[in-house]
Amino acid sequence: MANVNKSVTVTIPAPGRIPFSFHWLQKLLKQTVVMMVLLFLWEVAPRMGLVDQTFFPPFSIVAEGWWGLAVSGDLYDHFLASILRSLSGFGLAILIGIPLGLVIGWYPLANELLNPVLELFRNTAALALLPVFILLLGIGETSKIAIVIFACLFPILLNTINAVRNVDLLLIRSAKSMGLGSTQLFYKVILPASIPTIFTGIRMSGSASILVLIAAEMVGAKEGLGYLISYTQMNFQIPEMYAGIITIALLGLILNFMLVSIEKKLSKWKENANG
Amino acid sequence: MTDKIQFNHVSKVFTIRDSNERKNGIKEFTAINNVHFSVKVGEFLTLVGPSGCGKSTLLDLLGGLTKPTSGQILIDGKPIKGPGLDRGIVFQQYALFPWKTAMGNIEFGLEAKEIPKKERTEIARHFLALVGLSGFENRYPHELSGGMKQRIAIARSLAYEPDVLLMDEPFAALDAQTRETLQTELLRIWEKTKKTIIFITHGIDEAVYLGERIAVMTSRPGTIKQMIQNPIHSRNLDEDIRSTPGFAQARHQIWDLLREEVHQSQAFERKNETA
Ligand SMILES: Nc1ncnc2c1ncn2[C@@H]1O[C@H](COP(=O)(O)OP(=O)(O)OP(=O)(O)O)[C@@H](O)[C@H]1O
Ligand SMILES: [Mg+2]
Repeated sequence: MANVNKSVTVTIPAPGRIPFSFHWLQKLLKQTVVMMVLLFLWEVAPRMGLVDQTFFPPFSIVAEGWWGLAVSGDLYDHFLASILRSLSGFGLAILIGIPLGLVIGWYPLANELLNPVLELFRNTAALALLPVFILLLGIGETSKIAIVIFACLFPILLNTINAVRNVDLLLIRSAKSMGLGSTQLFYKVILPASIPTIFTGIRMSGSASILVLIAAEMVGAKEGLGYLISYTQMNFQIPEMYAGIITIALLGLILNFMLVSIEKKLSKWKENANG
Repeated sequence: MTDKIQFNHVSKVFTIRDSNERKNGIKEFTAINNVHFSVKVGEFLTLVGPSGCGKSTLLDLLGGLTKPTSGQILIDGKPIKGPGLDRGIVFQQYALFPWKTAMGNIEFGLEAKEIPKKERTEIARHFLALVGLSGFENRYPHELSGGMKQRIAIARSLAYEPDVLLMDEPFAALDAQTRETLQTELLRIWEKTKKTIIFITHGIDEAVYLGERIAVMTSRPGTIKQMIQNPIHSRNLDEDIRSTPGFAQARHQIWDLLREEVHQSQAFERKNETA
């Protein structure tokens, strides 16, 4: 009997663990290969004349342009300008959106009164309002941060309201049955139950903050990645333009990665569909 | 023995929207009508009745989650004012807080009772062991099986030491084997803790196996149709009472009582559908 037990506990984890780490490595390898193939195509297609080299330079030339911008410090300045704007707008939207959403979600009357207004704003594309923001706030930092706030606010606000309103009634009843008053109920049930949904809103806002900001910077700015792209395009510095685009993609990737990791940590109690 | 719980001619009427009438038509809907019975200190009462007859409503009233339309419910001779830690509810759908671990869930009611952290942990561990789940302290609900979740829910209700345990079909969603194990476990716990238990069930076998007395309800609007003193309730947990003639007899009696009611409610529903 003891013998059987021993052989079971020893053999099961051993073959289980090796393929697992192997699997992980394999995945990384596959993804790298796909990436390399794409970059290779980017390199080869223009050189073979499949696309126009002037408008679509090979990857090595773009990389060279990127390096030039990086070394001169220009890229850093533009990057910094963009990230400061997007983070301040994004941060302010979080600071406004979550408390406001909690209040609106918690009080049925507030929800009833504000719902039509929110629906209207939600369905207004932020960029459509850009001219209004510029008219009212000028083309300086204020209007850019304001439009980022506007774009970020609605995903956060609406997700927070939804989260609060959709807390499982059974959990509320269960907590009430243990004698929790409304303040305690809010802190111990409503808030923790809402966090994953709220964070989905935050993540959506993260991508919106970059998207809207870049567009705003393309329209009117003196620095920032959006400005860099439109400026280099107009001056026919095509490799530099692509360098700007790549930087934005990287910025988006980093931001999303950070938000996803925080989200994972905060919702580790949730059933994970991806295993 | 003294009465722990008294239902004095309790009725509950819900107002519901009436789809047949004009848009704003509301209809009165009697869920339970003139329920009158009492439960002794330390008694194990099971409650059976056709679906929709108001069993859960009865439990909500007892838990203080809703108020009776007429009549009075007394606990220890005093009318119920609202929810409280003197009663513990085990809901049919577990109602565990998904963001809390097994331990965190069991500690929830203790937190509401403002018991210091160290003591809380000790108590929670004790009850975790009582339901046979030592070693599962840090599991989240989604990492537990249905039967384990239900045991955690029972441990949570037991942990803050309510005098009365209210259980709403707690084992309905489990497979037969797990159900029988938990039934036996519940009887053990009951003998150990001497709590007053009201246990709602659909299962006649379950009602006869667990109850010292069995209350059979009529179809909607529910009232107590008959109180049956369970003849076979001489508790020897090691004996298989399910195969005794007394068990079969009590089972048959309840089955007959319920059959009338089920027929009646089906006829009622059919009439409603054609109307
Ligand atoms: N909040 C409510 N508003 C209106 N009607 C309700 C409400 N709660 C329950 N009812 C109605 O009261 C009746 C009794 O409901 P209840 O949930 O108590 O039945 P039950 O006996 O527990 O049924 P089941 O065995 O299916 O769980 C049902 O017809 C239900 O539709
Ligand atoms: Mg029910």
